[in-house]
Amino acid sequence: MDEGEGGVIHTRGLTKRYRGGQLAVDGLDLTVPAGSVFGFLGPNGSGKTTTIRMLMGLVEPTSGTARVLGHAVPRSSRAVLPRVGALIEGPALYGFLTGRDNLLRYDAADPAADPRTRRARVAAALDRVGLTAAAGKKAKAYSLGMKQRLGLAAALLQPRELLVLDEPTNGLDPQGMREIRSLVRELASDGTTVFLSSHLLDEIEQVCTHAAVMARGRLVTQGAVAELAAGARGRLVVTTPDAGEAARVLKEQGVGDVVADEDRVTGDPPERDLAEVNAALVTAGVRVRGFGLERASLEDAFVALTGEGFDVAG
Amino acid sequence: MSRAEAAVRAPSPLWTLGLLRSELAITFRRWRTLALLGVLAAVPVLVGVAVRIETGGGSSPGHGGGGDGPAFITQITNNGLFLVFTALAATLPFFLPMAVGVIAGDAIAGEANAGTLRYLLVAPAGRTRLLLAKYAATMAFCLVATLVVAVSALAVGALLFPLGDLTTISGTRIGFAEGLGRALLIALVVAASLTGLAALGLFVSTLTNSGIAAMATTVGLLITVQILDQIPQLHAVQPYLFSHHWLSFADLMREPVYWDGLLKNLQLQALYAAVFGSAAWARFTAKDITA
Repeated sequence: MDEGEGGVIHTRGLTKRYRGGQLAVDGLDLTVPAGSVFGFLGPNGSGKTTTIRMLMGLVEPTSGTARVLGHAVPRSSRAVLPRVGALIEGPALYGFLTGRDNLLRYDAADPAADPRTRRARVAAALDRVGLTAAAGKKAKAYSLGMKQRLGLAAALLQPRELLVLDEPTNGLDPQGMREIRSLVRELASDGTTVFLSSHLLDEIEQVCTHAAVMARGRLVTQGAVAELAAGARGRLVVTTPDAGEAARVLKEQGVGDVVADEDRVTGDPPERDLAEVNAALVTAGVRVRGFGLERASLEDAFVALTGEGFDVAG
Repeated sequence: MSRAEAAVRAPSPLWTLGLLRSELAITFRRWRTLALLGVLAAVPVLVGVAVRIETGGGSSPGHGGGGDGPAFITQITNNGLFLVFTALAATLPFFLPMAVGVIAGDAIAGEANAGTLRYLLVAPAGRTRLLLAKYAATMAFCLVATLVVAVSALAVGALLFPLGDLTTISGTRIGFAEGLGRALLIALVVAASLTGLAALGLFVSTLTNSGIAAMATTVGLLITVQILDQIPQLHAVQPYLFSHHWLSFADLMREPVYWDGLLKNLQLQALYAAVFGSAAWARFTAKDITA
């Protein structure tokens, strides 16, 4: 395999400044390990889509290098892209063609696709996303969810080594989201590397093994999802009817940032053994219903890293 | 996967043909294309019916009524074949190039507008290959559009007027079969006359992400050029306007054929195709696809 060095996607100092002078991506060093489900996170406008467009050879980087499957892009796009399936910024379809004819058209555009197996591969891709029944309908009659599936089907026309999915669950209902997630897991278990951009943190947390976070054109962090979440400290949570008293005792015990909210008191856990903290509460006559450490979510990690909420346009 | 990789290493030698076929299917299956062709097919019907009504069937048209209509119009009543020449002369200044401007202007910009361009390029269609397929499909449309006019005119001419030997502009008589041959040749020359505009439209199409804007610009350029070609003070630049030699196809009806204007026309079209084809290529291969 020629992409051994540096992963399936590997960028160094990748930068894009658009002609208006706007710096969309700023010195991006990204490494996507082979076989991972890689979550690419960031608020809208943080440079995710520009990065994906540079990786797919649609946008020329201003400076820096990008390698996909071991080849430099955009120089070797012709060799790389047949091995990559992509869904970029939502599906785009020919409304006057049927779903099936849309896929036939996209497959005909790929010089590496064998025309003899075209119909069979299109049928298989339609089946995989559950669109066989609607294959003969004109694409303009499709719902947003169906269009999204058809876009996914176009990415699955050939066996791919890398799938680049930009916001694949946009516009889908919860059932559709679940189906896409299970499809992603299924593809990943076949050994396909999946590069998944999203602004939905729980989506990344549910399916991704690795993640990178972008904000304002820069890479904030990247690594295994478990490590990223572990990076943010959890919160000590005490459930009690005696909230006021509990808050006082917790402060005495060295718990920082104590917040009392009805029967729930939370705070940053102290260095000392939590068992002693609990014992102190009980000694002070606080009736404790629940006591425990709440694990940090990726969202906590994100807020800690970027200092901003998630749906803020950058 | 090894299969996929082998396929990548050895793309079919006919690598553009699959895309070209798809491009042709896309072009000619659109309702819009069919409507354009329908309008073009209706022009000879209108001309034929008008001439037929005007002359009351059979008799020669009065010289006081018509005067200077499109070329050959006075001869239609003697021979229906002349309706082919008349219809081409009537549609070439505006209807045919307008249709070509719509198709060429929409070629790249329309795909960008719909977002399908990015998926074609990541397929990967290849920018040069896609542009070539688009230009080939546009030229195919030029040919089909011209043939639609010619065939419609021939059918209407055969229905409404007698057919037979015909008199050339030079006064000699040629047989009906040879006349048909000349008609086909004229149709091919008319189609070739549109290739320069097709290249210009394709170039405009690479400049914008709006199909409508590209179509309007191309048709606007066509109108501008047609107007400039009418202003006597501009005679110095007129030989370089793509429409300047368009009506030279009538020289094919001389005996012997007068090739001067025809060759100038074809050379000018080749020049436009080379210049604007290169410009379209330079623009499209370096463009950031953000739509």
